[in-house]
Amino acid sequence: MTINQISVFLENRPGQLAEFTKLLEENQIDMRAMTIAESQDFGILRLVVDDPYKTVSVVKEAGYICAVTPVLAVEIPDKPGSLVGMLAKLGEGGVNLEYTYAFTARKKDAAYMALRVNDPEKAAKLLSEAAEARPLCQEDLGALFGEA
Amino acid sequence: MERYFHPEIECASREQIRAWQNERLVPQVRHVYENVPYYRHLMEEKGVTPDDVRSVDDLYKLPFLTKEDLRIAYPYGLMGRPLSDCVRIQSTSGTTGRRVVAFYTQHDLDLWEDCCARAIVAAGGTKDDVCHVCYGYGLFTGGPGLNGGSHKVGCLTLPMSSGNTDRQIQFMCDLGSTILCCTPSYAAYLAESICERGLRDQIKLKAGIFGAEAWTEEMRQDIQNKLGIKAYDIYGLTEISGPGVSFECSDQHGMHINEDHFIPEIIDPKTGEVLPEGSVGELVFTCITKEAFPLLRYRTRDICVLNYEKCPCGRTHVRMSKPMGRSDDMLIIRGVNVFPSQIETVLLNKGYPANYQIVVSRENNSDKLEVQVEMTPEMFSDNLSQVASREKELVDALKSMLGIHAIVKLVAPKTIARSEGKAVRVIDKRNLY
Repeated sequence: MTINQISVFLENRPGQLAEFTKLLEENQIDMRAMTIAESQDFGILRLVVDDPYKTVSVVKEAGYICAVTPVLAVEIPDKPGSLVGMLAKLGEGGVNLEYTYAFTARKKDAAYMALRVNDPEKAAKLLSEAAEARPLCQEDLGALFGEA
Repeated sequence: MERYFHPEIECASREQIRAWQNERLVPQVRHVYENVPYYRHLMEEKGVTPDDVRSVDDLYKLPFLTKEDLRIAYPYGLMGRPLSDCVRIQSTSGTTGRRVVAFYTQHDLDLWEDCCARAIVAAGGTKDDVCHVCYGYGLFTGGPGLNGGSHKVGCLTLPMSSGNTDRQIQFMCDLGSTILCCTPSYAAYLAESICERGLRDQIKLKAGIFGAEAWTEEMRQDIQNKLGIKAYDIYGLTEISGPGVSFECSDQHGMHINEDHFIPEIIDPKTGEVLPEGSVGELVFTCITKEAFPLLRYRTRDICVLNYEKCPCGRTHVRMSKPMGRSDDMLIIRGVNVFPSQIETVLLNKGYPANYQIVVSRENNSDKLEVQVEMTPEMFSDNLSQVASREKELVDALKSMLGIHAIVKLVAPKTIARSEGKAVRVIDKRNLY
């Protein structure tokens, strides 16, 4: 029901993200999704990658501070309004979103949401009941990007 | 024309000053030996008795006192009089461990206020002036000291205390303040605010007496130009009494030490040896008239130089230079004493590593304290608000320890510069000395 998200601490200064992505390039790590939460002097980079374990070891080795967090991921139809039902269901069930972001894969007409919530168990249950949402696990993600 | 509060004292011959010092020092040493067990013990350790001190020439024989002694003897261990003889307590900012608590008899207050009165008169103050005191009132010596001095001179005294800039400026305009007493950084801030509001021609200030923190000649020029006043420096420390230990005259080449109350020495901070006249070294004071808190050979940790030449202003009391630095790691930020070890204590208490750096800078004449902390896996979270709330917790803990606001900046691991394996803990960009 969850995928592994990697969060990385980055200082807020020019060239930081470039430096970090270079590290990923050197290690042939493919990103599936990326988002940054920023504060005044630092940012938290959140990544979904093809190989989370390799990424964590590479990133730690390079001296970055990082954390692996399981986040909920769902596939929804790529059409107007498809988020509404799913989010309403979470809301009615009293689940609060801490943060969320969207990404796409190679599958046509599908969009993906990563969700960090206050009550993952309840959220997973609610999502599995939502008509148009299909919960994903780490392996599903691999399949979406055409990995073996 | 130069005016003096105590002309016969401030312009006395060097011989006369020396005679006063001798006749006050000898009984003071005996009194301390007999009434302050802590100091008697230090004297015994050094093998010195009151009989060994017959004049100022013998001062070097006496043991030093340091802030550490004050900490050990806290709160009553260095008192020269019973509490029932005391009428006032003042204290420095800082934590319990570093806090200095000083006691005063009525006589002590009287002499302290005299010293401040000398400073006010040296800045041109008379009974026709309106003296606007916006040093903090309370435990801090700034407000009470200048307030008392202002009364002695007979100025109309405005006990404004610090803060509320709008009200400060309004009173200044409405009540015609002529002498401003505050920290130089606050003076600079007030000057800017007055200019911004276009009120420069509404104020009647002619002089300012600014102390409690280091300031540069550039800052003096800036304040003088913006306010159209003459800005005077004043020096002091709670341990010795408060502001007014020394003060600037119209000549503004050093601050006259009130030598009839305080005997200064310059020592080598490493060896403790007294240095010859004109040397740069650590300033040490011996209080020869104080009753409640009679510190002998107290090491100020301020590095400066003494000038015994006669001053064009007519005063004969020795002049000390502006402090050129510190012989310990104490920082004075917005008038508050800050030790790096206090910051380290907070970090360790909160579970942070001791990898930190303190960056002090001055922006728009106001000090900025930034504490850079290296991020750790334990502190990190994917959730920004969690990291932010940990940061806030640290800011609050620093504020409660230091008494001033510090900006916390989380930095990447191993980014804090280390030289020869040892971290550089303090970067002071202010160039104050």
